[in-house]
Amino acid sequence: MTAPRRVAAPPGARRPGGGTLLDWASIPLLLIVWQIASMAAQHRLFPTPIDVFAELVDLAVQKSLLTDVARTLGRAAAAFVLAMIAGIAIGSVLGRFRSLDGLFGNWVLIGLNIPAIVVAITFYIWFGLTEYALIAAVVVNKTPLVAVTMREGVRALDHGLAELAQVYRVGFTQRVRRFIVPQLMPYVLTAARTGLSLIWKIVLVFEVLGSDGGVGFRIGIFFQFFDMKGILAYTVAFMTVVIAIEYGVLRPLEHKVLGWRPARSF
Amino acid sequence: MAAGAQLLIEIAEKAFGETLLFEGLGFQVPAGQVVALIGPSGVGKSTLLRMIAGIDTDYRGRIEVDSKAPPDAQVPGFVFQDPRLLPWETALGNLLAVKPDLPVDAGRSLLAAVGLAAAEDLRPAALSGGMQRRVALARALAVSSRLLLLDEPFVSIDRKLAGELQALVAGVVDRFGPTVILVTHDTHDAAALADRVIMLGGRPMSVIKDTLLDRPRADRHADWLARAVRDLEEDMRT
Repeated sequence: MTAPRRVAAPPGARRPGGGTLLDWASIPLLLIVWQIASMAAQHRLFPTPIDVFAELVDLAVQKSLLTDVARTLGRAAAAFVLAMIAGIAIGSVLGRFRSLDGLFGNWVLIGLNIPAIVVAITFYIWFGLTEYALIAAVVVNKTPLVAVTMREGVRALDHGLAELAQVYRVGFTQRVRRFIVPQLMPYVLTAARTGLSLIWKIVLVFEVLGSDGGVGFRIGIFFQFFDMKGILAYTVAFMTVVIAIEYGVLRPLEHKVLGWRPARSF
Repeated sequence: MAAGAQLLIEIAEKAFGETLLFEGLGFQVPAGQVVALIGPSGVGKSTLLRMIAGIDTDYRGRIEVDSKAPPDAQVPGFVFQDPRLLPWETALGNLLAVKPDLPVDAGRSLLAAVGLAAAEDLRPAALSGGMQRRVALARALAVSSRLLLLDEPFVSIDRKLAGELQALVAGVVDRFGPTVILVTHDTHDAAALADRVIMLGGRPMSVIKDTLLDRPRADRHADWLARAVRDLEEDMRT
């Protein structure tokens, strides 16, 4: 009998539960570059990270930073969940049924390419400057991207494994849970990651366009005063949350559900 | 020891598109017999195996496994040409994926029976090709130790590994006593394992020759095998 194959992580590969030294050095390096560039520029419109952090603390303690971040996160989370549910459902159906893909594929293509700002303005005109209009506009923008990713995932389902399940007459629930979902998870996570990065951005733009609070709304106000410290303080606060979600949620989740995939070298 | 299943095959007609694959094809397999279906590639051997497994029901005639039509009969163990394991499941998980009600201890015993006692928690990527094929065989046994359908399980592997796996299958047959249908185009595989060799050929496919190999597997030394292989190849040529 031949021996088990040893699956060694390549140099620099991520280890379970933690990143490499390079991962951890990345953000401090960015701050150092920012500090040096800002000191070199010596201009009030290009504040140093130290000034920005001081402003951030001030905004957090005395003003509405936390409330604004919470409101934006709430909108992003609602839009994300709705877009993922709709996108996974639509993509799965289109991937499974070629006739429906023929009929509705172009709808998805149009949805994918329609400018986000057009959707936002249209929804604001139709439904007014409301929370629901904002979230719905984000969902409509994001859903086609999830659908396209999931459609590819369903199309890429392994026919050999489907035949295996058929031969062994594996029940529907078991087939979905142990045969299909694990194959789709890489696509779900890709859709989630690209979706989040898109949603953060468009939620902020839509808040600038029409809302009564949130990070985008506040940045719009700072813009009117050319308050770069305020803009960057909000940006840093928001990015901190985004990075926390990446490291605290997405990567552990990715490791948990995709940990079976062997590292490949090219 | 579980007794093997009995098979009855009487196919009046099986077509694939415009092509008539089988017409008037029939034979019976008694319980516990190891039958090699041998014939040229593309003749329809694997199709016949899928019909016995009950996943291809588009034909006229009848196939019975223990007097039941395949969809109603016990699920057979099926070994494909490739191991076809779920890469996200462990060796043991691959057994449980197709047989969720399999007791974990029974799964462990089956893995031990194919020489993988220490590998139950390893995923396919950490297993060698031979070990993956052993898991596939254990998985087939997990589902049924009465009927094993082997679709060219020794194809695309080196002779040494094929020999190891043949010995393993022979051990499984001796231990569990299943009826085995082995599809192959390799006369050596047939001579080494089968109690009976059914040579298939032509279009529509028919039984060219039905040969009993009555020497016990354990006594099939190299000279006997060489003679048997030569005879089978002679039969195939004629």
